[in-house]
Amino acid sequence: MSDLLPTGHKKIEEMRMEGIVKRFPGVLANDHVNFDVKAGEIHALLGENGAGKSTLVRQLYGLYRPDEGKIFINGEEVVFHSPKDSIAAGIGMIHQHFMLVPDLTVVENVALGLPSSRGVILDLDRVRKRIEVLCQQYNLKVDSDAYIWQLSVGEQQRVEILKALYRGAALLVLDEPTAVLTPQEVDDLFITLRRMAHEGHALIFISHKLHEVLAISQRVTVLRDGKVVGTRATEGATKTELAQMMVGRPVILQYEKSPLKMGDVLLKIENLVVRGDRGTDALKGISLEVHSGEILGLAGVSGNGQRELAEALAGLRPVKSGRIILNGVDVTHASPSVRIANGQSYIPEERMKDGAIKDFSVADNFILEDHAKTPFSSRTFLNFRNIRQTSERLVQEFNVKTPTIDTPIKNLSGGNIQKMILARELSRKPKVLIASQPTRGVDIGASEYIHQRLLEQREAGTATLLISEDLDEIRALSDRIAVIYEGEIVGIVDGKAATTEELGLMMAGIREKANP
Amino acid sequence: MAELFTLPVLLGIFYSGIRLATPYLYAAIGETFAQRSGVLNLGVDGIMLMGAYTGFYIAMKTENLLLGLLGAAAAGFLMGLLMAVVSVSLQAEQGISGIGLNLFGLGLSTLLFKVTLGGVESIRGFQPIRIPLLGQIPYLGDIFFNHNLLVYGAFLLVPIANFILNKTTFGLKVRAVGQNPQAADTLGVNVTLIRYTTVCLGGILAGIAGASLSLALINLFQENMTSGMGFIAVALVYFGGWRPWGVLGGALLFSFVNALQLWVQVKGINIPSDIAVMMPYILTIIALTFSGRRARQPQALTKPFERGEN
Repeated sequence: MSDLLPTGHKKIEEMRMEGIVKRFPGVLANDHVNFDVKAGEIHALLGENGAGKSTLVRQLYGLYRPDEGKIFINGEEVVFHSPKDSIAAGIGMIHQHFMLVPDLTVVENVALGLPSSRGVILDLDRVRKRIEVLCQQYNLKVDSDAYIWQLSVGEQQRVEILKALYRGAALLVLDEPTAVLTPQEVDDLFITLRRMAHEGHALIFISHKLHEVLAISQRVTVLRDGKVVGTRATEGATKTELAQMMVGRPVILQYEKSPLKMGDVLLKIENLVVRGDRGTDALKGISLEVHSGEILGLAGVSGNGQRELAEALAGLRPVKSGRIILNGVDVTHASPSVRIANGQSYIPEERMKDGAIKDFSVADNFILEDHAKTPFSSRTFLNFRNIRQTSERLVQEFNVKTPTIDTPIKNLSGGNIQKMILARELSRKPKVLIASQPTRGVDIGASEYIHQRLLEQREAGTATLLISEDLDEIRALSDRIAVIYEGEIVGIVDGKAATTEELGLMMAGIREKANP
Repeated sequence: MAELFTLPVLLGIFYSGIRLATPYLYAAIGETFAQRSGVLNLGVDGIMLMGAYTGFYIAMKTENLLLGLLGAAAAGFLMGLLMAVVSVSLQAEQGISGIGLNLFGLGLSTLLFKVTLGGVESIRGFQPIRIPLLGQIPYLGDIFFNHNLLVYGAFLLVPIANFILNKTTFGLKVRAVGQNPQAADTLGVNVTLIRYTTVCLGGILAGIAGASLSLALINLFQENMTSGMGFIAVALVYFGGWRPWGVLGGALLFSFVNALQLWVQVKGINIPSDIAVMMPYILTIIALTFSGRRARQPQALTKPFERGEN
């Protein structure tokens, strides 16, 4: 075998990280981590949010400097001061949030930061030709002259891979690459990744999704709280086993659901048209009905109108046409407070932006909606005794881990902030619950808890609209699943009967043939 | 009104329109670079004043206009550097530090003026150069090809800036840094260096813009002689949609209306002079309201960059 890759760059036979320690104020993010990857191998790095996966690879990519420990490439020690150094050493990284400039074309994004064959003047034609060669070699489909903002998420990811290949990446780090893809796009990505491994690249695949790790990797290393729990061959590993390594205790992968007791329609959406931020219609006439006692899951790839729908329902985004009937009342143009008063609760997608005030204490965040009502206030003055009592009770009841109720909410972990929001919204005994990405960025323990609570709410007769990009979550909780694509409902399927493949096709905009 | 539409007056309006666009072009093109890289520099007016003063003082003492121009550029560079240190390295709020820089430039130029010059004096500034052949074309020759060096320089700057922004590796880095500095950083682009370069370049050009007043258009220095031109330049960047050719369009529109109102006053047409003077500014406000190009705004404008934040 030659020691060169098809791109003409030198192979990385082996990359080894030894005893890596990285501290952040108050956190030990990596605690003496050992990790290695070899040419031709896909090595998965598995762990919860906050386990230290991203921190580890960011040190490999020169974005952070390790406090202790060493990195070796082909047996020689290397020190990376910035991404420039690690790119030069043949390391490429596909970030979780794409590192693309939306207003530049594909070619410009690839050429960015590279010397040109014509000195200071850009040489985009040459870059374009090399991109075509790479696309052929690795079987990638990309339109070189399209602007990034015109591309689908899957295409954008391919541009990221191209960028790395173009720079001669012999070792490629993929940080949660599947989080934003449809199941079919994931399949395409996996084909590309296997192809790259076959050509002699070394790949590090970061994920918290067990089935993906099992499907793509040869070896898996599990991180928990900054420490390596273990490294093992993927062959023969099971989901349950890996989940337990990841969380540190047995995990429920399947929820017990009580039989469906569907009641009246509590939330009715009729032909809803809503404008997005770009001024075009983000929702093009959506109709949905959510019944008491059911969870209606809304699946879809990010950016197909989910955020606009949630905001329109919460009263945060004006409705162009159509109607929203909440509990029999037309609230299409009503303010959020009217909706709240009519029994609607809202768990927003961006908890720090729309769900909480980060410098406020836990107690203050609890009363954001109801501060003007008894028992929290009497006409003018806040009743701090009642506020404290209620807050203490909710912190207990919803298992929010906080030092005190006076702690600013920003000092809590994502999972605990989400539990605080959940406590606030559910303690109002909602008739209708809009839950948007309720477990995004939340660890498995807290996710499990949040899911249980949503199911309890279902039993109590709440009509829940669960908007999520996590198909596993949708499938685990929903009684019916609606799929949204480019602002339209592609179809509604039964929660139990739906298969991942079927949903994946619908998420790509392909209408189901069967009856609803 | 009819007296405005005589040939000599129309020629005059066009000629002064082009002349008057000069300081705006230098300042606004410089600001375009800074903003495309994500730095809003509101201190342009103060930098122009420093450039105007320094250029004038050196030219007067050395009797060398080019040395004066060089001095103005150097003064602008130092002011730009100051802005870059405060807003890029120390990550201060850009709007506020720009206003501070502006007041600093106003105060310092006034102080230096009072200490070193004492009173208003004038010099013989850059003189018009009639370009051979082109300058002989009837009418057009008078309007376009009979200007001083700084006017030619300002108009040449537009295609040059356009080329640098769109066709060079540096320009690509500038655009990327202004849109998504994190992405540029991960590709090994030095975000800080790029921003320092553009802000200093903007400073140099603002300094020259000031010198174009004191060495070519008005040929004297007095306290606060820019009277807010630098802010108009910033507005022109928005108006031009962050593109050099757009900035040129805005600068021409603004200065033509300005030239028109000057001639209205010269001809003694019965419009209150205060209203006439307001015309270009009112036009700017209206144009900005309706230009509606927010979508083109660099996404990272006014946002300091910190590695590792998403």
